[in-house]
Amino acid sequence: MSTSILNNSSAECFMQAVDHFRELYGNHLPAQKSLQTNAAAVFTQLGIPTTKHEEWKYTSLAVLAKNNYRTVNPSHNCSLSKSDVASLALTKDTLLYVIENGKFNASASNGHALPTGITIGSLADMAGDPRVQNHLMKHADFSEESLVALNTALSFDGVVIIADAKTECATPIQIAVINNTAGEALNIPVRILVVAEKNAVFNVVETHHSFGVKSPVLVNVVSEVVIAEQARVNYIKLQDEDQNTCHVNYHKVNMARDSYQHISTLTWGGGLVRNNLNIRLDDVNCTSYLNGLTIAKDFQVIDHHTVVDHAMPNCYSNELYKGIIDGHAQGVFNGKIFVRKDAQKTNAFQSNKNVLLSDDASMNTKPQLEIFADDVKCSHGATTGQIDEEALFYLRARGIGEASARALLNHAFAADVIEQIPDENLKAVLLDRLTARLYA
Amino acid sequence: MLSIKDLVASVEEKQILKGLNFEVKPGEVHAIMGPNGSGKSTLASVLAGRKEYEVNSGTVTFNGEHLLEMSPEDRARAGIFLAFQYPVEIPGVSNANFLKTAVNEVRKSKGLETLDSKQFLKVMQEKMKLVEMDKAMTQRSVNEGFSGGEKKRNEIFQMAMLEPTLAILDETDSGLDIDALRIVANGVNALRDGKRSFIVITHYQRLLDYIVPDHVHVLYKGRIVKSGTKELALELEEKGYDWIKEEVDSSVNA
Ligand SMILES: Nc1ncnc2c1ncn2[C@@H]1O[C@H](COP(=O)(O)OP(=O)(O)O)[C@@H](O)[C@H]1O
Ligand SMILES: [Mg+2]
Repeated sequence: MSTSILNNSSAECFMQAVDHFRELYGNHLPAQKSLQTNAAAVFTQLGIPTTKHEEWKYTSLAVLAKNNYRTVNPSHNCSLSKSDVASLALTKDTLLYVIENGKFNASASNGHALPTGITIGSLADMAGDPRVQNHLMKHADFSEESLVALNTALSFDGVVIIADAKTECATPIQIAVINNTAGEALNIPVRILVVAEKNAVFNVVETHHSFGVKSPVLVNVVSEVVIAEQARVNYIKLQDEDQNTCHVNYHKVNMARDSYQHISTLTWGGGLVRNNLNIRLDDVNCTSYLNGLTIAKDFQVIDHHTVVDHAMPNCYSNELYKGIIDGHAQGVFNGKIFVRKDAQKTNAFQSNKNVLLSDDASMNTKPQLEIFADDVKCSHGATTGQIDEEALFYLRARGIGEASARALLNHAFAADVIEQIPDENLKAVLLDRLTARLYA
Repeated sequence: MLSIKDLVASVEEKQILKGLNFEVKPGEVHAIMGPNGSGKSTLASVLAGRKEYEVNSGTVTFNGEHLLEMSPEDRARAGIFLAFQYPVEIPGVSNANFLKTAVNEVRKSKGLETLDSKQFLKVMQEKMKLVEMDKAMTQRSVNEGFSGGEKKRNEIFQMAMLEPTLAILDETDSGLDIDALRIVANGVNALRDGKRSFIVITHYQRLLDYIVPDHVHVLYKGRIVKSGTKELALELEEKGYDWIKEEVDSSVNA
């Protein structure tokens, strides 16, 4: 079949690229050398998944065979300056760190007034630090995830955020991941490590953007977030790249007892976007929120795969994903919830709601609950419908033009996801961004 | 102002309006009464531009313009307001935000400056008094969780904000207790200024004690079968519709 031929050739192409890259540039993270070598071997074995793979049934990576993606040179020079990226900062006081084509761009970053107890820096610089070594590439398991293996094999830089015990930082820490291209197809690995020590509390915003000449890009992001006892992390991903971008994102969270995490994945850019969230509630009394929003049009494919893994008793998880799909776009939501044998008194909830704005738009939803404990409360629900015609007519009958009436209804539907964000400033800014996106 | 000629309209292939003629002049208040299912809401929907209702023939002009060729929003901007028999709930859109958008779109279409938040708030507070609306209601999502009476009051509030030239009230009185009825009627009467016209669709004479009509019509089987003054409403209240039905049905059979 033609798709599998395409995928075979793209897999081969990437396998050669991995070898070639490692020959050319050697191993850039010496402290992680054996992990990276191992990952390269795993990737060579797994290849690029085809739609025959159960987890990739609705999302074809065939696009990767259409271009010859060169992996970025780890010693490339960054060209963006502070003024180029100023408009990306979500709030005025945001601590903004820039990753340009996979590389930490210190001169464009603006970490003014970094609170004591927080360390932020280039992953390449910090990879040898024992606190980084303890975690880096140790949480995002690549043994069965070929794209995580690919990222792990090729990673040369990114960002590390470490918050010491009891550090509180309300000012958002923003990582702007920028693909800055000049016509050539690029494969860009990006690696992020976030460590919240005991009782630390902070906000991280990971934003994704396209700069330069429109070019095919594979941006492959792996984030590891380690949350110690009683720490609280509010994490936001805002994906707003151009439609030449194929974005694969693997986000692993490991939660210790009494910890809290809230993640919002807001996806309204990119040609093909695949998000894998894997949240491990690894001890008692954890609270975890996973919210997501897809706004897709044209031929965009936006896929959210989530895994909430309840390993221990008395934890709570709540998941709300919404999608507005227009044009020929495709949405995918796959939500797995595991409740392990020991995870008694688990409360786990999941909801997925979608609106299809055109006849050619589609949505595939699959909730998967696997429950091995007996004293639990779990529920899931999924709906896919059309815009409420009655409401639309009501608005128009009051003089509101059709386009703005639709935007108003879509905004109300989508805002629900952003309203849940536990930070008033970020919430307000993101609601404005949503408005701009919907009224565009 | 409004002139309807030989209007034939259907919904789901079923003819509901069967050659309706009707004329409204500036400042007039017309009551339309008639048994259930006679086509009153269909008429209101056709005038507001609801797309499920297909116009088969006939013309409607509004201030010289061909109304049936206009989009629902353009009709509203031109000054037509329909108070819905069943107002729609819109979760997530606050009443205030909804109305600000509507008022400003209407103003823009007339080449007027849009109102900023402060100016809008001032106008809103004035009009809220008119229908004894409290602030909390303006912050809530449009009609969501409103009682029947609150929904109807909200329709009149919207009418007051949008200042239409022709308001069509579709059974705004149904389900209202006497206090709510008084509030709604006061709202309407406050907007009667000799130029603005009203079409009041109702089942009961009761409302017409408060909103006194210039003309009363009976709609039956898709046509206006009888017209008169406010005394006609009293007669209908007393005798019901059977005598009219008989009159019409026998003349059709003849
Ligand atoms: N959306 C619709 N779909 C199908 N039938 C309808 C619809 N709206 C109205 N009708 C029918 O048209 C006729 C007139 O209804 P309506 O105009 O609501 O009457 P009234 O308001 O006078 O009670 C009724 O027989 C009703 O069942
Ligand atoms: Mg009716």
